[in-house]
Amino acid sequence: MRIESAAKLESYRTSLVESQDPDRQKILVCGGTGCLSNGSMEVAHVFEEELKAQNLKANVDVKMTGCHGFCERGPLVVFLPQGVFYERVGPKQVPDIVKSTLVEGGVFKKNLYKDPNTKKEILSEENIPFYKGQLRWVLRNNGKIDPTNIDEYIAVGGYGALARALSDMTPSEVVEEVEKADLRGRGGGGFPAGRKWRTVIDAEGERKFIICNGDEGDPGAFMDRSIMEGDPHSVIEGMIIGAYAIGTDTGYIYVRMEYPLALKNLKKALDDAREMGFLGKNVLGTDFSFDIEIVRGGGAFVCGESSALMASIMGKVGEPRAKYVRSAEKGLWDLPTNLNNVETWANVPLIIGRGADWFTSVGTDTSKGTKVFSLVGSVKNVGLVEVPMGYTLRQIIYDIGGGILNDRAFKAVQTGGPSGGCIPEKYLDTKVDFDELTKLGSMMGSGGMIVMDDQTCMVDIAKYFINFLVDESCGKCVPCREGLRQMLIILERITSGEGKDGDIELLEDLGGAMTWGSLCALGGSAANPVISTIKYFRDEYEAHIKEKRCPAGVCPDLIEFSIDKDACIGCTRCAKVCPVSAIAGENKKPHTIDKSICIRCRACYEVCPTDAVRIT
Amino acid sequence: MSYNPAFVENVINSFGSEKSRIIQMLQDIQSEYRYIPREAVAQLSETLDIPEPQIYHIATFYKAFSLEPRGRHEIKVCLGTACHIKGGKRIAEGFERSLNVKAGKTTSDKMFTLETVNCLGACALAPLVQVDEDNHGKMTMEKIERVINAYINNK
Repeated sequence: MRIESAAKLESYRTSLVESQDPDRQKILVCGGTGCLSNGSMEVAHVFEEELKAQNLKANVDVKMTGCHGFCERGPLVVFLPQGVFYERVGPKQVPDIVKSTLVEGGVFKKNLYKDPNTKKEILSEENIPFYKGQLRWVLRNNGKIDPTNIDEYIAVGGYGALARALSDMTPSEVVEEVEKADLRGRGGGGFPAGRKWRTVIDAEGERKFIICNGDEGDPGAFMDRSIMEGDPHSVIEGMIIGAYAIGTDTGYIYVRMEYPLALKNLKKALDDAREMGFLGKNVLGTDFSFDIEIVRGGGAFVCGESSALMASIMGKVGEPRAKYVRSAEKGLWDLPTNLNNVETWANVPLIIGRGADWFTSVGTDTSKGTKVFSLVGSVKNVGLVEVPMGYTLRQIIYDIGGGILNDRAFKAVQTGGPSGGCIPEKYLDTKVDFDELTKLGSMMGSGGMIVMDDQTCMVDIAKYFINFLVDESCGKCVPCREGLRQMLIILERITSGEGKDGDIELLEDLGGAMTWGSLCALGGSAANPVISTIKYFRDEYEAHIKEKRCPAGVCPDLIEFSIDKDACIGCTRCAKVCPVSAIAGENKKPHTIDKSICIRCRACYEVCPTDAVRIT
Repeated sequence: MSYNPAFVENVINSFGSEKSRIIQMLQDIQSEYRYIPREAVAQLSETLDIPEPQIYHIATFYKAFSLEPRGRHEIKVCLGTACHIKGGKRIAEGFERSLNVKAGKTTSDKMFTLETVNCLGACALAPLVQVDEDNHGKMTMEKIERVINAYINNK
């Protein structure tokens, strides 16, 4: 069915809403990657079976939705209209949940979320601390609608912003609205999207292109993935509005090949949007035509860089080029090209649908709206978090994230991926926005936020990022290619106990040269993890170099393992897991580690139930 | 699987013999054969009029491609930041010891290829190991043997 006008869309939406019974019993099962891996697909099947067995099937819909965000507690299941939120649902609990919730009209307490402090059960999603502090604009539909069903997106007002743009606004008014909203690039750079659009509009070229950058390569970040999987239409709608504003008939979505579900859901969404007339010739019955093609990435981190990504779309090796001329003027096939990140595009329908004034009511002076973070690492509530710009790191990590795993001591939070830095405890009250994080020597980046406790070695983390970048540097320019390699050699030396006086200064010098001389932002920001850890955790570097000691007990060459006789209960788990048979001891008697054989793989430390394995 | 020129021809045609789609074509060939056969490079070069070295440049630049046959099961140990701080590297070393093969290589019986990857984007499951399409989250040293055996037993 094609929808030929804004009025028709509105009447179709009304008919959809009217045909939906608000009291109809629904069971929403999270189909995000995290929950799927924990078996949520099977949980949904078992719900179906159980409903059949109880003769309830006719009155209940079971739906797979996109990511709810609270991945730590998956698989998640929500009952509507009751609004009951069940966590960690396995197939075994399904019969009890159905019986308690649907047959008896109560709740099944065992799978309710319990407040960690009061141990009280919390029934509904909005009262759980993890969700309470959030403002879910971009993730507005994630976990609420079935991403593979366009009708559900339309029913919640989807494509309304597009209809508004096409029927009530000129392209230039659309750009003005985005400029007024002060939308800054959510890929991490924070460049004003409206200004970029304007540059593309003013650039000379017989054709123009727009691109959605879905090559989310930052380790520790998965918000773009969740948006593409859980609400693909919001990205597509944003792109169509952008295409109308900029005046182009062709768009590309570049998606990482590691995201098969995102590819599948986007493809389905594009097909459905085409069939309804939101894409293709004469969008919504107007004389504006536009279509989108999906391009699968080849698995190279550097392809998240705009000029490398464009090279990749053109079927070349993903190497960046010097930016004497910006992509906005000469991008794909040397024609003006506008590239924005997934989350930036998903914000566009909000701005056009509800207006720039509404959008700018939230945020800080220089950063408006919300930001989605993936909160991971040593934090209790791992998951996707969307908060207004200007929330402090402490609010995100402690109020929403629930604090540090096992109540250990906080050491640092890493933001901005390999281009970012580590922020120590004394800056926890910093407001998170584009400019504040940059001041601290880190950056917003795409939104990965990795929390680290006192068992994380900062030199090891710096080495980790440099190692990652050595692999991912495209090799085109010398400062990045050789600078990273030398940095890695120095860091390897420091972590293996061969560090020398002057190594820290040498790292700083190298970093300066790379920042100054690299061709693209990958090399230009590659030294950040090293420079920021030196700045805030210099004592750890010094302990490695001067005392040949790893304070966090991580670097294998600088630590030894032993077993505390008094704490060991002789359970033999460590001896069983030791890959080199370095542990000896009888059942129920204290064990010992032969240090001459031990390869310091940590397996014994990991499995010991009484923390008897000591690292010195 | 023996080489089938008709399959590659189909792939080329499905992208309208468009040169700029070479990466997508290679991806489809990689999914079919689990590596990029030499013959495919020659055929692509011939049909699309792209020099072979240029195709090899692409095939060696992007991580999606392998020029050597892969094992029946691909084990990917995630080394994203979240997995790293929860011991991903140790898990990778554990797999290296258990399979007696270095990361990036294939076991001699062609059963497993062991890879380390830079973030699979499922950080809530850290440390994560992906075998083929299955995610094994919250991996521990003790689970390694179990995961390997599960795939040996259901060839």
